[in-house]
Amino acid sequence: MLSKRPLILFVLSLSLLVLQPVYAAEMMVSVEIPRLKVSEYHRPYVAVWIQDENRKVAANLAVWYQMDSPGDEVGTKWLPDLRQWWRRTGRSLDLPVDGVSGATRPAGTHDLEFSKSDKQLSKLKPGKYTLIVEAAREVGGRELLEIPFNWPAEKPFQDEVRGKEELGKVSLTIQP
Amino acid sequence: MLRSFFPAIAILVCLPLSAFAHKVWLLPSQTVLSGTEPLVTVDAAVSNDLFYFNHFPLQLNNLVITAPDRSTVEPENQATLRYRSVFDVPLKQEGTYRIAINNHGLFGSWEENGERRRWRGTPETFAKQVPADAKNLQVSESVGRVETFVTNGAPTEKAFKSTGKGIELVPVTHPNDLYSGEKGTFRFLVDGKPMAGLTVEVIQGGTRYRDAQEEVHLTTNAQGEFTVEWKEPGMYWLETSTQDSNTQIPQAQNRRLSYAATFEVLPQ
Repeated sequence: MLSKRPLILFVLSLSLLVLQPVYAAEMMVSVEIPRLKVSEYHRPYVAVWIQDENRKVAANLAVWYQMDSPGDEVGTKWLPDLRQWWRRTGRSLDLPVDGVSGATRPAGTHDLEFSKSDKQLSKLKPGKYTLIVEAAREVGGRELLEIPFNWPAEKPFQDEVRGKEELGKVSLTIQP
Repeated sequence: MLRSFFPAIAILVCLPLSAFAHKVWLLPSQTVLSGTEPLVTVDAAVSNDLFYFNHFPLQLNNLVITAPDRSTVEPENQATLRYRSVFDVPLKQEGTYRIAINNHGLFGSWEENGERRRWRGTPETFAKQVPADAKNLQVSESVGRVETFVTNGAPTEKAFKSTGKGIELVPVTHPNDLYSGEKGTFRFLVDGKPMAGLTVEVIQGGTRYRDAQEEVHLTTNAQGEFTVEWKEPGMYWLETSTQDSNTQIPQAQNRRLSYAATFEVLPQ
């Protein structure tokens, strides 16, 4: 057991070395969809975006909605229920958006990772921003959470907020 | 039967000035839509309470639906029921639709064989039905517009292009981009020109569950603009009216102008 430890460390450090240049997640967003005991459960629609100080959308990070069967109105019909997201960006987008649109997710924690060179962050000018996560569930409620942050980060940054109804823990981690 | 029906017809044909308590309205099932070919159902009624159809249906003869590209859309499943009229509007294009009832009526009266004759019609039927030599002819024109707006996708402004006739609303704030806690600014035109000094009345729906109408009165400024503070989300009705002598029919002495619209204010 003891003798194996250096090997593990060696393998770990090697894997880090290998991974590092390929992908560095400068921004990590973690979104928890709570498990709910309701008679009729639908997975929530969730939107994640970055807003500047004028409430303008600086980057769309994700929108999860029912995407199956093209031409079936079910998918995009309910998107305006993500009220803020729809108003700020959704209604003027040509959906689906590559790399942003995704299927609804089950209850649990879902991580999103972005590097500085990703299209979502590469155009982000230095300044004050807010990460916004909005969730809306059919026959359920709606909730919106915000985490303010500065970009770029001079030192490692981490903050989290907790939803009361439709969202669990939402956290934002930024590595300089 | 006829006698009791007469006032109803009067209300439906010539949109009353605010002296009447009746409110004329269109109520869309939704105002902000998305998806493949969404559709709205619209209720159209004349009533005292907002938005309850418990009085008269609104006649749909002069219904004009303008698509985002300014083409005209035919309503579907149109019906006039006892208390309300209904119709569907398929929203095949992306953008803002203007759903309007544009009335242009005339009231006339003259002396015939020593008796006062009353007549109601339109500029088109005037020459046919009113004797050219009518004695003591009195004619008044009424131009009324009842509107609402719905948007599929992002709001657009083409459908608001003025026709230059009667009272029309031009958005400064788009009617499908109204949120509680914010302000909405709109401009009123009369015959295509900004109109100062119009009194605008704004009432939130759900009057049946309140003791008072709680109407807000506003006045258009020199640019013809007025600003509403939306304190709560909900469906709102606004109206304004005025009178002038700019008649289309030379024989008409005066003209009554009215405008009413239904707006939805969304929660933040």
